[in-house]
Amino acid sequence: MRPADDRKRVLVLGIGNILWADEGFGVRVVEEFHRRYAVPDNVTIIDGGTQGLYLVNYLEQADCLIVFDAIDYGLDPGELKLVRDEEVPKFTGVKKMSLHQTGFQEVLSAADLLGRCPGQLALIGCQPLDLEDWGGPVTDPVRTQIAPAIELACELLAEWGSPPQLRTTPLSRSERLLANDIDHPSYEMRARPA
Amino acid sequence: MGILTPNGFELDNSGKRVVVDPLTRIEGRLRVEVNVDSENVIRNAVSTGTMWRGIETILRGRDPRDAWAFTERICGVCTGTHALTSVRAVENALDITIPENANSIRNIMHLCLQVHDHLVHFYHLHALDWVDVVSALKADPKATSALAQSVSSWPVSSPGYFKDLQVRLTKFVASGQLGPFKNGYWGHAAYKLPPEANLMAVAHYLEALDFQKEIVKIHTIYGGKNPHPNWLVGGVPCAINIDGTGAVGAINMERLNLVSSIIDRSIEFVDQVYVPDVTAIGSFYKDWLYGGGLSGKSVMSYGDIPENANDYSTKSLKMPRGVILNGNLKEVLPIDHGDPEQIQEFVAHSWYKYPDESRGLHPWDGVTEPNFQLGPNAKGTKTDIKELDEAAKYSWIKAPRWRGNAVEVGPLARYIVGYAQNKAEFKEPTEKLLKTLDLPVTALFSTLGRTAARALECQWAAHQMRYFQDKLVAHIKAGDTATANVSKWRPESWPKAAKGYGFTEAPRGALGHWIKIKHTKIDNYQCVVPTTWNGSPRDPKGNIGAFEASLLDTPMADPQRPLEILRTIHSFDPCLACSTHVMAPDGHEMATVKVR
Repeated sequence: MRPADDRKRVLVLGIGNILWADEGFGVRVVEEFHRRYAVPDNVTIIDGGTQGLYLVNYLEQADCLIVFDAIDYGLDPGELKLVRDEEVPKFTGVKKMSLHQTGFQEVLSAADLLGRCPGQLALIGCQPLDLEDWGGPVTDPVRTQIAPAIELACELLAEWGSPPQLRTTPLSRSERLLANDIDHPSYEMRARPA
Repeated sequence: MGILTPNGFELDNSGKRVVVDPLTRIEGRLRVEVNVDSENVIRNAVSTGTMWRGIETILRGRDPRDAWAFTERICGVCTGTHALTSVRAVENALDITIPENANSIRNIMHLCLQVHDHLVHFYHLHALDWVDVVSALKADPKATSALAQSVSSWPVSSPGYFKDLQVRLTKFVASGQLGPFKNGYWGHAAYKLPPEANLMAVAHYLEALDFQKEIVKIHTIYGGKNPHPNWLVGGVPCAINIDGTGAVGAINMERLNLVSSIIDRSIEFVDQVYVPDVTAIGSFYKDWLYGGGLSGKSVMSYGDIPENANDYSTKSLKMPRGVILNGNLKEVLPIDHGDPEQIQEFVAHSWYKYPDESRGLHPWDGVTEPNFQLGPNAKGTKTDIKELDEAAKYSWIKAPRWRGNAVEVGPLARYIVGYAQNKAEFKEPTEKLLKTLDLPVTALFSTLGRTAARALECQWAAHQMRYFQDKLVAHIKAGDTATANVSKWRPESWPKAAKGYGFTEAPRGALGHWIKIKHTKIDNYQCVVPTTWNGSPRDPKGNIGAFEASLLDTPMADPQRPLEILRTIHSFDPCLACSTHVMAPDGHEMATVKVR
């Protein structure tokens, strides 16, 4: 994560809960991105899950950040949106009932408060169709946005001088981002029918 | 009308109803409704929440050796706890033992999670229930420095340091927003700290935020992958190669030394910042001893942190194990997770269906069939509940009971059990703190007691990390580098049918997983989580759970601004299913609700 040269350090992060249908969008995008593309060594790819404040550590080591996540911008289900820099929501809700309500906006806010928020931010979000289907799959309109979301990220990485390269040899099972039967195909093979 | 519950609480729902509903997405909701009398004292409390609808729907038919990876995803805060509980359940079912080094490494990882979670919970969430951020602007930095130096030897305490911080804070406020501190109940009458104590606490809020990132590096080292560490049935997935010339990623001396230095700094921070802060804050809230609820009556701790690998007996577990009923500290009752008569879940007031809802089900036989219906006295609609009817079904949380008793779980429960067992490492720090604050032992049974127990436990856990790290290094130096037992890795070596359980003490309380395996695949899998115990609705006999009991008799300064309710609920460190992570431009939450 700390290249010796003066290249920008980039973090590509997917967040969300894979157990809640479209809530898993961000993680599934970053998983597929990693399967398809190799990145230069100044770029780090992380499946952030629902880790909250744990992620501050990774953020402060990055100059540029791409986040994939489900978003609520009142769009049609499956609509993709790119939000950049100042437009990326950053706040902390004090009145929450539980630490388990720490959203990613709070992680950004915490990094900001410590004076270590990445200088360039890009949120690649998708409006979900269904967040309530416990154990259910990513829905069709959201699934079809995985590839376009990856393309958007590729353009951003190119803009930041670190374009990814399509892998020429397929990634082995052990090198994949998610294993132990929770990778996207295995997980959904037996996902509960709606 | 007033009623007396079988577990000894008086409920009266005749007064004004106050509904606290943070309106997170519906599935993550934790909602509290209370009735207050004419003096604004809470006389009835109803808590409702959502856990998941049964992990068995997702796990059935899968490989038991992968279950940890699924349960790790249930929750982003409890990640490692669920994974550890899961591998223990599978090991218990298949009679798999783990090497001593694996036990030490698991203990260090689990203790690390305790330290991290307690620290983050206190500073990032709970401290703001006691600390008025806006009042800190009025503090005298010199006096703040003097206060800080009087309570601790922590070196970061100069007048200049506090002055700089105050300037930063003032900028936030001047810019028209409080940044991360917006939306608080600032200026509320229930805040009791002088401005200097508030400023000191805000400084430590920021220091804790910065420091917490260091602690979790221990997970990266022993868990390999981060932020989702790897776990392994039969041990831990990290190899030890002390010369550091073998397998890539193996634990070598350099990494062991890094863990060791993080442990030292964790001990330092908890000893010199967290515990003194809680003590200082406590000294201003000595008159606010509400919130005890069930803690003075019935508490339970499964116990954890085995001294010896594979020995989960009361004697081997360093974290206390046992149940106390009806305030009888003279008798600590034994727990058997496999006894169908002990731990049972009831759904009479939960939105699920059982064949006979007057009876509970042991988790091995647990079922999770949704049945969402509002009672006749509920107000609003299924998609927009204005007021719940607690006489009917009213929560997505089941009601677990131990031999029919509602019990509180968590740090306070663990300390009460340890105290009752006369365990010096739990009893002595507790008595020391009580003496410092000049409070009787009964003061423990309060919101403040819960908060203090968490701080003391964080300190205990930090020191225990040191103990197990030293034990691990000694073993390695003696030539023992085994970290996994793979003799029963192959499913061919398993019986046709097996069942087992695993338990841990998660930061917020007793956690259990129960598994049934049939023809090498998962047949049933149930989790009973700490917030199910504490946040449970009533059971068929009318016993209330820990959240509801803790709110009773608390006076509210201003029911419109329910700081007292948040303070007490927060003191349990409640867990909600972690799905509230959808980004929205202004922080509003998903408005649409799908009802089954």
